[in-house]
Amino acid sequence: MGEVIKLDLKKKSLRDVNSVLQNLDPKSNLRNYLISNPSGNHAVCAGLKDEMEVTVKGHVGYYCAGMNQKALVTIEGNVGTGVAENMMSGKVHVKGNASQSAGATAHGGTLVIDGDTSSRCGISMKGIDIIVKGSVGHMSAFMAQSGNMVVCGDAGEALGDSLYEAKLFVRGSVKSLGADCEEKKVTKKDLELLTSLLKKGNIKNFKPKDFKKYGSAKKLYNFNIDNVSEY
Amino acid sequence: MCGIVGIYLKNKKLSKDLGKYLTGMMEGMATRGPDSAGFAIYSNNKKSKEYKYSICLLNDFSFSAFKKIITKKFKKLKLKQHSDHVVITSEENPKKLLSFISSEIKDVSLVGYGKSIEIFKQVGNPRDVIKNFQLDKFSGTHAIGHTRMATESAITTNGSHPYSTGQDECLVHNGSLSNHNNLRRNLIKQGQTFGSQNDTEVAAGYISNSLSKKISLKETLVNGLKDLDGFYTFITGTKEGFAIVRDEIACKPAVIAETNDYVAIASEFQAMAHLPGVNAAKIFEPEPGVVYSWGK
Repeated sequence: MGEVIKLDLKKKSLRDVNSVLQNLDPKSNLRNYLISNPSGNHAVCAGLKDEMEVTVKGHVGYYCAGMNQKALVTIEGNVGTGVAENMMSGKVHVKGNASQSAGATAHGGTLVIDGDTSSRCGISMKGIDIIVKGSVGHMSAFMAQSGNMVVCGDAGEALGDSLYEAKLFVRGSVKSLGADCEEKKVTKKDLELLTSLLKKGNIKNFKPKDFKKYGSAKKLYNFNIDNVSEY
Repeated sequence: MCGIVGIYLKNKKLSKDLGKYLTGMMEGMATRGPDSAGFAIYSNNKKSKEYKYSICLLNDFSFSAFKKIITKKFKKLKLKQHSDHVVITSEENPKKLLSFISSEIKDVSLVGYGKSIEIFKQVGNPRDVIKNFQLDKFSGTHAIGHTRMATESAITTNGSHPYSTGQDECLVHNGSLSNHNNLRRNLIKQGQTFGSQNDTEVAAGYISNSLSKKISLKETLVNGLKDLDGFYTFITGTKEGFAIVRDEIACKPAVIAETNDYVAIASEFQAMAHLPGVNAAKIFEPEPGVVYSWGK
């Protein structure tokens, strides 16, 4: 572990704290940070691009760890809208609940949420792995393009509406499926994938076979000429 | 955008701090609504016959001029000035007092009245508005506040929230309604009156109209999910408490923090980060299309 550098948002401005984390000396080995008193601030840890470990002690606001690359950000509290939005790589771990649009449009990396998320979790996800230990709200994985979502609890209305190639795994109930989303057969390859995802989320109490898989029926990929009279 | 906040005290010992709590919450939401701000404070009134009237003085109409006119007509009333507002406390028949004010005094508007509510609103940055009214000095049982980023009607005092369209009732709104013109016409036919072109006032009128038919607040808000078309998170206050509801798409945010001492609601958590014990509170987002209420 090494030395942990403390950054107090009561004493330093958000911009100063983020600036420290966004401009690490490449030669420095000081890569452990602890942020205290986040007080619901927005954009805490946004735009980190280097390997480091940051722990945020408390509840944060919108877009926490947005655009993250390489960094491991752990939030010991709840997060607002758009945690890890547009993440490219690295890992974001939320120990509480997340609000809307968690992991929105993210291209890579891993987002682990110990609690629940509200609506639109993984909206337009483009390669991220999202692992939610609780439940997700309505319209989750809307237009999800690629990547994987694991939900250990339940999913709300219209799961996976208009989705593309993303794979969705839900252990509990799904209130309803969105347009063009259907249940898929779980293959051996899927079970292997789930094993690795559950490991990433440090989930030991559930097994890959506990999950159902959902994906695109691909009926919206091309225009159906039978519908021409509708236009 | 707009910011909405509300706080309901479960522990009555905290009542003297109500204004202080709401001040921090309004400051926290100043960024979401820099155009105008307003708040409603509810407090127990021991004298059951007494009514409080919150009046806004318009066009530089002075407190002393107002006082002169009103005290000439009504002998038994107390007046208290808060910035450009006056709170009248009186046991006078409300109909008589209100009709006198509306017919005889031109440069005032009634912001709200009731046995428990005091309500204030003003154009300007919320940080200035709450200072002007010295919000931190207020005590009470529960309170609701709003910071406005104007979208569909002008930046004026009567375009500001909270809207009070019935005794001891008020409503704050984050969002926009799309069927308010039709609804307004229907409600006017049913005898409801409106003082602005604002969409939220229509929602407030809808609630008042329903409550006047003895439909419960909860049922009113459930019916509202069908009748009010648009985006909204509403907090609506009554003499006894408040309720919150979000439309079923739930684009407009809300977060609730509940402890043994209070229930706090805000558009964003940062508005309640200063509240005592909030980090250990039960914190959750209200589910779309579900009515939550406290204190009846």
